[in-house]
Amino acid sequence: MELKPGSRWKSAVCDAQMVVVRPPSGAGELQCGGAAVLPIDDVAAPTGAVSPDFAEGVAIGKRYIDEESGLEVLGAKAGKGSLVFDGRPLTLKGAKPLPASD
Amino acid sequence: MRTPLLLDIAADAAFDRIALGTREDGFDFDAYRARASQVAAWLRSRGKANTAFLGMNGEALPLLLFASGIAGTPFVPLNYRLADSDLNKLVARSAPAVLIADDDMLPRIAPAEGIELIARSDFEAEFLAGATPERADLPEAETDIAVLLFTSGTTGDPKAAVLRHANLTSYVMQTVEFLGADEGEAALVSVPPYHIAGISAILTAAYGGRRIVYLPAFIAEDWVATAAREAITHAMVVPTMLDRILDVMAETGETLPALRALSYGGGKMPEPVIARALAMLPHVDFVNAYGLTETSSTIALLGAEDHRAAFASDDPLIRRRIASVGQPLPSVELEIRREDGSCCAPGEHGEIHVRGEQVSGEYLHKKVIADDGWFATNDAGWLDEGGYLFVEGRLDDVIVRGGENISPGEIEDMLRTFDDIADCAVLGIPCEKWGEKVVAVIVSRSGHPDIEAMGQAIRAQLRSTKTPEQWFVRGALPYNETGKLLRRVLKAELAEALCAD
Repeated sequence: MELKPGSRWKSAVCDAQMVVVRPPSGAGELQCGGAAVLPIDDVAAPTGAVSPDFAEGVAIGKRYIDEESGLEVLGAKAGKGSLVFDGRPLTLKGAKPLPASD
Repeated sequence: MRTPLLLDIAADAAFDRIALGTREDGFDFDAYRARASQVAAWLRSRGKANTAFLGMNGEALPLLLFASGIAGTPFVPLNYRLADSDLNKLVARSAPAVLIADDDMLPRIAPAEGIELIARSDFEAEFLAGATPERADLPEAETDIAVLLFTSGTTGDPKAAVLRHANLTSYVMQTVEFLGADEGEAALVSVPPYHIAGISAILTAAYGGRRIVYLPAFIAEDWVATAAREAITHAMVVPTMLDRILDVMAETGETLPALRALSYGGGKMPEPVIARALAMLPHVDFVNAYGLTETSSTIALLGAEDHRAAFASDDPLIRRRIASVGQPLPSVELEIRREDGSCCAPGEHGEIHVRGEQVSGEYLHKKVIADDGWFATNDAGWLDEGGYLFVEGRLDDVIVRGGENISPGEIEDMLRTFDDIADCAVLGIPCEKWGEKVVAVIVSRSGHPDIEAMGQAIRAQLRSTKTPEQWFVRGALPYNETGKLLRRVLKAELAEALCAD
């Protein structure tokens, strides 16, 4: 799985969709709900089997980061699973929204 | 990352939300994306390197911007206010290109090699009318230039600023929350298509999920009427626009209850205008944004809380922040530097430098960004103790009198505190004794300005060297259509006048 900036992914188990904003510094597997994510155009439907250990959810518009590798992911659609990269749970990036300026 | 992705993910998540036009018959995000993809397929079939546009605002504009991104043909919006000869130079520089032009502007364009001219009415009949088409499935393009914007050329021949997909997407994603707008939000866009704010407005609205309503061009009466009719919540205006909008509101009694946020930029906003705006629109959040074409729009902003705090404060150091552009965005680094490149202390004047992913600092065939990523803006400014940025205008406008650097901005601010001053400009005019001397050009409300009193006030509060040595009274000052004072024009006129003496 090549997590290029702008690449789009979807959960194999829930409705979540993701966009890679910043790539990780090294290779690793991105998971959602306990299963490896799939390319956005993969035809497989979500199985629904969200692991209870990784079920904190992906929210639309939120950013998730892995400090260690620098990976940053945008939630493009919401889902029940939560994100893990290379075995490490991603954390919510707390960013105060800026006012519209143009 | 490429700009079409911004529309793509918004259209996937909010496909039936209205994206462009009126609430009744605007395009939803799904139609927006599908139509843009059809335009992209057509652009590819033409085989031209660039996509140029000459025309007024309208739905064709955002479709062309995203379609150009999908097709990989840099988008080149041209300034229709230029004289025909200047315009045709830019047309030639856009080649090879498909050029979509408003029908009434077609006769202005001289035949040029490599230009395929398309009437806007034909373009709109093909791509904006009728039922929503199927989405065209195109492979991802490779050209990484998204937009070429000719700078306004107030200081010479226009340069083609290069904005790459990476610059623009970084700006949008670092400053806007994805689908952060609620369904009722709508932005009124009246800045011209060839201005960076016209480009960034399209991208930030798509990603934020906010509907865009266009005014073909800015007319204050239309702006107020459209804002009321379409329940506009957000808008960006340049200083000259805001003053006229407030005049129309005062005449018509319109209060714009739906309006939530007004941002302004593109020139210095006179403090009396913003004070009047705050009083007439108490329910609106004001944002002052500072940015350049070469920085993909905003790099610093003064938010609503800052506006209120400044106006409410008795502390002159807080109060004066109303004239600042606020603090740099978290995603950019900003420094004020001396001529030798070292950093200025707070309060010390120098040149504004900026670094960040959104900063292109690049013109066609000429990169002006340093190897370490820093871009010299050619704007003069300073930071206060709290990190608020004060912009004083182009470095070239700084007056050098007998070796002393004098910023016109602080003298102009001082003059504007006089009720009789409707507008003013302070300039340096060549002078044998001092190199340059300080002159003031004023627009007086009464027609009888008390020049002696103003001179004394400047001498007392600033310094005698900053006191204008000559005063000119004018009926109006020259501005370009985005509110930039044309200092070069004024200077040339004055130089002629002085010689004639």
